[in-house]
Amino acid sequence: MPILEGRGVTKYFGGLVAVSNVDFHVDQGEILGLIGPNGAGKTTLFNLISAALPMSSGEIVFKGQKLNGLKPHRICKMGVSRTFQETKVFANMLALQNVLVGAFFGSPKHISGADAAREAAQALEFVGLSAMSATPVADLTLVNQKRVEVARALATKPELLLLDELMAGLNPTEVSEAMELVRKIRDKGITIFMVEHVMKAIMGVCGRIIVLHHGEKVAEGTCNEISCNKTVIDIYLGEESHAGSQ
Amino acid sequence: MGVVQLLTTNRKLLRWVFLALVLALIVTLPLYGGRYHTSVLSFVLVYVVLAVTWAMFSGTTGYMSLAPAAFFGLGVYSMAILQHTLPFPIVMVVGGIVSFAFALLIGLVTLRLKGIYFAIFTFGLVVFLSELVQHLETRLRNTHGWAIIPMNTTMILYVALGLVVVTMLAVYFIRRSRYGLAMLSIGGNEEAAGHMGVNTTMVKVLSFAISSVFMGVAGVIGATQLIYINTAVAFSTIYSFMPILMAVFGGMGTLYGPVAGAVVFAYLDTMIRNEFPRYFLLIFGIVLVAVILFLPNGIAGLMPMLQERLRGLKARLRKGGQTEQHANT
Repeated sequence: MPILEGRGVTKYFGGLVAVSNVDFHVDQGEILGLIGPNGAGKTTLFNLISAALPMSSGEIVFKGQKLNGLKPHRICKMGVSRTFQETKVFANMLALQNVLVGAFFGSPKHISGADAAREAAQALEFVGLSAMSATPVADLTLVNQKRVEVARALATKPELLLLDELMAGLNPTEVSEAMELVRKIRDKGITIFMVEHVMKAIMGVCGRIIVLHHGEKVAEGTCNEISCNKTVIDIYLGEESHAGSQ
Repeated sequence: MGVVQLLTTNRKLLRWVFLALVLALIVTLPLYGGRYHTSVLSFVLVYVVLAVTWAMFSGTTGYMSLAPAAFFGLGVYSMAILQHTLPFPIVMVVGGIVSFAFALLIGLVTLRLKGIYFAIFTFGLVVFLSELVQHLETRLRNTHGWAIIPMNTTMILYVALGLVVVTMLAVYFIRRSRYGLAMLSIGGNEEAAGHMGVNTTMVKVLSFAISSVFMGVAGVIGATQLIYINTAVAFSTIYSFMPILMAVFGGMGTLYGPVAGAVVFAYLDTMIRNEFPRYFLLIFGIVLVAVILFLPNGIAGLMPMLQERLRGLKARLRKGGQTEQHANT
């Protein structure tokens, strides 16, 4: 049963079509991957779902409720949280405070200070950053800042988590750790929709993949189907690195 | 001996004792300071309120407001217009409410502007208000400016002190609350704050309006020290720039930073103005540049910095003592 469904989702930037008439759905409890070359419209699609940008046309439905026209903070409170491609931490705060923001404001219910503090600490522990909760976030490394973003998003108690290139810029060890983290989040019962360029990661954790190219959905299916898909190989994986080798 | 030990070991107690001393000094100043010093101190306290509330909004959200003069001026005019008809405490309330309402309106329209555009707009707001009030004044009264009946300086000092205390308490609790955290997150990354569930528009507009309440009341109190006011006096851009300089000078990261900045700055201002009337702005500028260069965290950052230096020096001395027999380390 789909938790999130998009119908005819379209976004124009002036005359340029960034996302063109895309239909998609995310099933409850799955890890869905979104891939495509640079400029394919992946992040734009995420921005449309989380209302960072208004849609030009189409509709997005989350658990039976239309998201069109809602403000980002409303969508977060409904249960859709996200991380950012270029990390957007609150650089003027400590790691724990970053997560506290999510805990305090992310859910529709009023939460007491003690509960928020406990949830924030739990979320930091979940991503393995307990030791750095009192560190100014600006002093953390890229991978740890990304973890703070994940913890912050988790503290909002989402049902659907949008991960925008969580693995970008990480070394191979960090990528494996991040993959493990993604699985752990899914095991908590949170549905995941992730944009990723690191093929090893996407093939490793995703049950299903959507491929965007020039704003259009060109393929959709399991990892095997996608890696054998002729169109995908041609447009995305390039001539040298055939996906068959994955 | 016991008292000294207690004070040097218990930081918190030391702070409270210091605070009590300062309060006692302010409260007793009218007894020996004379009317001039009492009056100067009242205005310093007014500046403290402006600096602290400016830092509360702009220091956390990162929206550089140049509007303090607008709200201060609204307070001054509330006093000028209502001084004969309403008792002073009620005028203070009116000044606060007028500022709040105006800030709410302005906030809703302008807080979508980012960065320098917000600063420019708020600056323009001061000029606009000044012109508008002057226009209305000439149309409706055919006169220019108002005389303010002088009030008991001691009473004004105590009222100003009361406002400072209320302001500090309010800002203290706001900073500690989830609301303060939301303001800080807007300063950190507004877009991310929105996606984490913070209603950024509401938080910005409301905190802008709350900070302006205190500025409006400060205007009412400040008016009593001004004898004669007109739009140029009430909406002087000084009241926008001084609080900012004070907050930067004192350091915005802490609650007491802007207070320290306001006190030092306001007295420095009076002193230099009296001693070196010709070089006043030059000296002022040099001091400010020096502070920005050498004390990036303001006066509030001075103590931790000195402590660190001292610790480093001690460590080096100790090390030097141990390795005396050896060659230089």
